[in-house]
Amino acid sequence: MKIRTVGRHIKEGFKSIKRNGWMSFAAISAVAITLLLVGGLIATVMNINELAADIENDVSVRVYVDLAAEEEEQEQLQKDLENLENVENVAFSSREEELENVVGSYGDTFELYQGDQNPLYNVFIVDTTSPEETSKVAKEIEPMDFVSEVNYGGAEADRLFKMTATIRNIGGIIIIALIFTAIFLISNTIRITIFSRSTEIEIMKLVGATNWFIRWPFLIEGALIGFIGAVIPSAALWFIYNSVYGAVSGFFQGTYFSLLTPSPFMYQLILLLTGIGIVIGATGSALSIRRFLKV
Amino acid sequence: MIEMKNVSKVYGNGITAIHDLSVQIEQGEFVYVVGPSGAGKSTFMRLMYREVLPTKGTVSVGDFDINEMKEKNVPFLRRQVGVVFQDFKLLPTLTVFENIAYAMEVLEKSTRQIEARVEEVLKLVKLEHKTDMYPNELSGGEQQRVAIARAIANMPRVLVADEPTGNLDPDTSAGIMKILETINAQGTTIIMATHNSEIVNKYKHRVIVIDDGRITRDEEKGGYTYEN
Repeated sequence: MKIRTVGRHIKEGFKSIKRNGWMSFAAISAVAITLLLVGGLIATVMNINELAADIENDVSVRVYVDLAAEEEEQEQLQKDLENLENVENVAFSSREEELENVVGSYGDTFELYQGDQNPLYNVFIVDTTSPEETSKVAKEIEPMDFVSEVNYGGAEADRLFKMTATIRNIGGIIIIALIFTAIFLISNTIRITIFSRSTEIEIMKLVGATNWFIRWPFLIEGALIGFIGAVIPSAALWFIYNSVYGAVSGFFQGTYFSLLTPSPFMYQLILLLTGIGIVIGATGSALSIRRFLKV
Repeated sequence: MIEMKNVSKVYGNGITAIHDLSVQIEQGEFVYVVGPSGAGKSTFMRLMYREVLPTKGTVSVGDFDINEMKEKNVPFLRRQVGVVFQDFKLLPTLTVFENIAYAMEVLEKSTRQIEARVEEVLKLVKLEHKTDMYPNELSGGEQQRVAIARAIANMPRVLVADEPTGNLDPDTSAGIMKILETINAQGTTIIMATHNSEIVNKYKHRVIVIDDGRITRDEEKGGYTYEN
């Protein structure tokens, strides 16, 4: 195919999009909405996974001390913890301090629980030498006397991983339905183009244009609809993600948590969305070409 | 050039359009195809550019075997066979020049080639002064001349014309005939289906009469007669 021909096909594609204005608009919107959801879902899932991984990398194990423990028993427990293998540091946080933390993060309402009303436990924060040791250390601590509960990042991370799996599955179903809608709308748009150009197609056939020469403009029209449909959600996600990232990274300052940095994550996501858009468009078009374009 | 051997065509609805028909047409001939409506003239013509496939028998056009050829080679057969219709089939949104150029563009000819050739064929059909007009600004005869110019723009070896003077008055028809004869004189085979007895009797050429799907008469320089 000559370069000039490529230019011609693209021009024809744009012409058709303009000519079938409203149908094209519907198809482009369907692609845009689909890709906005795809992009939003991917950004959410990948960031939660990132957070989960951060938590998993956390080395601390929280040991809740049984309320029945006397002072000496608690000190004994601290010594036992310090003597464990792979333990680097053991810090103590009293239930009063814990409550202050809660009040600090969640508000004054929790001040009601001061003194005897305090439902919290004294906590030992055990840092292990490496993230891999946390679950082993936690298991060794569990059977010890006066240990009420043991909590570590791994369990928290597992919960988050499970959550992302659920989001992914539900989102996936919605997205697949939307992709079908988009493909259907695109194939309808292309079908209208094919009908409105039946005389041109007939003439092309009669003078001996090759089948692919006849097909290309329709395929390109579909791909263009997909491409334009990808531009809108890409721009939207770009702005949304950057502002969320700006807001959240302030919030996360001083912790080991972080979101994926916009570069390269956003570039990869936009590239992916554009690719999906073009594939959806070309697929919708190919369906109509097969059914309605007799070449 | 064109050869049909024992060709039959039965359409899906059971109607037999062509019955065991054999014929040979040489390169450079001018052939009228006459006969009553529904006799199979159109099917006979459409077999030549593979718009329909024979149910039985063989059809060959130039080096192409219509039965055996691959689907993807059909465009190359069509480049050898120009087609003109009674209803012209011009694109209303394109000018005379663009209509003809269109047929060359879709074969990826260069702009220079296109400009030179369009000018040439427009001179041949005597429309060089109406290059930039749109089809609806032209008379029926002029539109048919544009259609002919388009059909020969890519220099086919055969020109198939299905009742090209069907809707035209005698004077205009005479003009079309002169153009077709000029094209024929340049070596292009012309196959023309017609109902116009005046033309067949005035411009003498080979006449093939088709009736009920069979050739009932085939004469060099024949006249327009067939039994109903």
